[in-house]
Amino acid sequence: MELPLLHLALVGTPNSGKTSLFNALTGSRQKVANYPGVTVERKEGFFVTPQGRQVSVVDLPGTYSLRGRSPDEEITRDFVLGKASGETVPDLVLCVADSTNLRLTIRLLLELKRTGRPMILVLNMFDIATRRGITVDVERLAKELGVPVVTSIAVRKGGTADLLTLTDEISARLAAEPAENNWRALSVAELRSTQREADRIIADCVSLPSRPDTWTARIDAVVLHPVGGLIVLALILFVMFQAVFAWAQPLMDLLKSGFDVLGELVHDTLPAGLLQSFLQNGVISGVGSVIVFLPQIILIFLFILLLEDFGYMARAAFLMDRIMGGAGLHGRAFIPLLSSFACAIPGIMATRVIDNKRDRLTTILIAPLMTCSARIPVYTLIISAFIPARDVWGFINLQGLVMFGLYVAGITSALLVSFLIKFFMLRDYAPAPFMLELPDYKMPRLKSIAIGVYTRAKMFLHRAGTTIFSMMVLIWFLASFPQPPAGATEPAINFSLAAIIGKALEPLLAPVGFNWQIAVALIPGMAAREVAVAALGTVYAIEGGKEAAEQIGQVLATKWSLATALSMLAWYIFAPQCASTLAVIRRETGSWRWMAVTFTYMLVLAYAASLVTYNVAVALGAG
Amino acid sequence: MTDTNDTRPHMPLGLALRGYTGVIQHLSARDTGSALSDIELESRLIELGFVEGARVEVLHEGLVGRDPIAVRVDSITIAVRRREAMAIIVA
Repeated sequence: MELPLLHLALVGTPNSGKTSLFNALTGSRQKVANYPGVTVERKEGFFVTPQGRQVSVVDLPGTYSLRGRSPDEEITRDFVLGKASGETVPDLVLCVADSTNLRLTIRLLLELKRTGRPMILVLNMFDIATRRGITVDVERLAKELGVPVVTSIAVRKGGTADLLTLTDEISARLAAEPAENNWRALSVAELRSTQREADRIIADCVSLPSRPDTWTARIDAVVLHPVGGLIVLALILFVMFQAVFAWAQPLMDLLKSGFDVLGELVHDTLPAGLLQSFLQNGVISGVGSVIVFLPQIILIFLFILLLEDFGYMARAAFLMDRIMGGAGLHGRAFIPLLSSFACAIPGIMATRVIDNKRDRLTTILIAPLMTCSARIPVYTLIISAFIPARDVWGFINLQGLVMFGLYVAGITSALLVSFLIKFFMLRDYAPAPFMLELPDYKMPRLKSIAIGVYTRAKMFLHRAGTTIFSMMVLIWFLASFPQPPAGATEPAINFSLAAIIGKALEPLLAPVGFNWQIAVALIPGMAAREVAVAALGTVYAIEGGKEAAEQIGQVLATKWSLATALSMLAWYIFAPQCASTLAVIRRETGSWRWMAVTFTYMLVLAYAASLVTYNVAVALGAG
Repeated sequence: MTDTNDTRPHMPLGLALRGYTGVIQHLSARDTGSALSDIELESRLIELGFVEGARVEVLHEGLVGRDPIAVRVDSITIAVRRREAMAIIVA
């Protein structure tokens, strides 16, 4: 007999290990989308219970209560209450708790109970609690709460076996239990009394060791030290960027030679002509030049996910709160801004954790100034072509240093812009509060991290396969047609549509040292920044033949002056060249106005920065 | 030794320095200068475990103006700005 799909929902406070439990249950069988009408990420996964029941599980945004004071928390509330549009009421709610830290979750659970939904309390990370000497009387806890309780170790193989068995047992008798919802928003007095009730139950059922986690205290003594902590933060960021630049190189070289071999294979097998040119120059060298950056994107996401899992991100927010406050930013903006180093889109979406509208708007406006991973291909290409790979002071790679400098330039300008916004536009308002749990440090969960990195890498490749691919085809087309007249002596590309467009834009871009090839590359770069690299590759490949396609960096070194290269770097710090980012800004702010504001201010900054850089460089003899 | 709280002066947690330990006496969200309404501030503090009787210890302070502070509240650590911590009366 085929039973209908069982719907589970994971609810818990932030840091309860909800996501690692979700990953443990579903593995890579996950679907990430948005809830209709809002930009809250909807994560759904699937698994089969030991008794063969098909289960869908939704990982709801973390929350401390059902009051719904942000769009994320409203989703969690509406979903549990069955009011979320287009969603099925969950058959069973799994309330996930960090076993080492039950206070806040038990209070949340007492509130959840009022909704009448069938529920299980999952004591996650039970191994860590045991190791710390915390003992929980599970049976008594279940009796006092009136809710089945099960322990789990999301990160261990078989650590969720009890949970799966219990899910089967409960789902077998679900239909018999009618649900009645008695939930309504709690008053302050009710909140207080539920917290008291939670504390009483915990005192009855849980015995805590006399000393708290010493590791967290020891690490925090250094990491949260007012001065030492900032030095540690700077070191972490520095290592992160050196690693992204240095460690990824061998893998990138490998990918690159792979695509080169493939390109030559096509060149040798197919007869010369349009098809050969399309496959080799348009498809393989174009898409290949973007996929080459996969190792760097994997590394940057790896770092961000590791720091988040370890529990460091909240500390970074703590350290940066007042410093960013000086620039008019909220401490919570640190995490969205740090995510923007990977990509501004998740960064801008992550600003939902900032519940004050104006703080949030400022963060959204400056997030695109953080150096996203799509800029890495452009930076890498130009740096490796123009900056010598020698060591300075014996141990620091000069190329890495320039890269670091570009990141610093992005951050500094972001803080400056934020300061100006605060000064001119959003004066005189009291700063929104900064309240954040600093979770105990945990060893990062490798499997969970692997799934996270895999999901992101898949998204990047998907983009490379769709948006970037179609842009490359367009560029190839623009660069190949119309074909040169018979007997023409100039390179074929000089007769193409690309040259016509590029040359039309050239007068505008000449003051900043850009030639028409750059102008051509900047247009498809609007679709995605990294496409500019591929576009340059295509433009110069068609112009210079096969050798040029293989050595785009070397070609640039001969075609561009150092001043042009530096001007291009300066341009890319600011340029608003990412249609998807602009689209997300429009969606998140709900207005075209802020999208237009972002586009304009970034374009003006880019042009100004390039103008200054180019002219200074020329004056210093780099022209 | 634990019952000395009656004799210790009541003060807002927002004025406590690093190393201070005490017990929460009550919450008073009025006139803290927070951007939140009184009820909202009080609700959020309770949701993060700041309830009467909880033991607090100021573990860390930020660099600029000793702000924000990291506070141990019974078994968890919460980062909060001094402005909001003014609503928590300890002794």
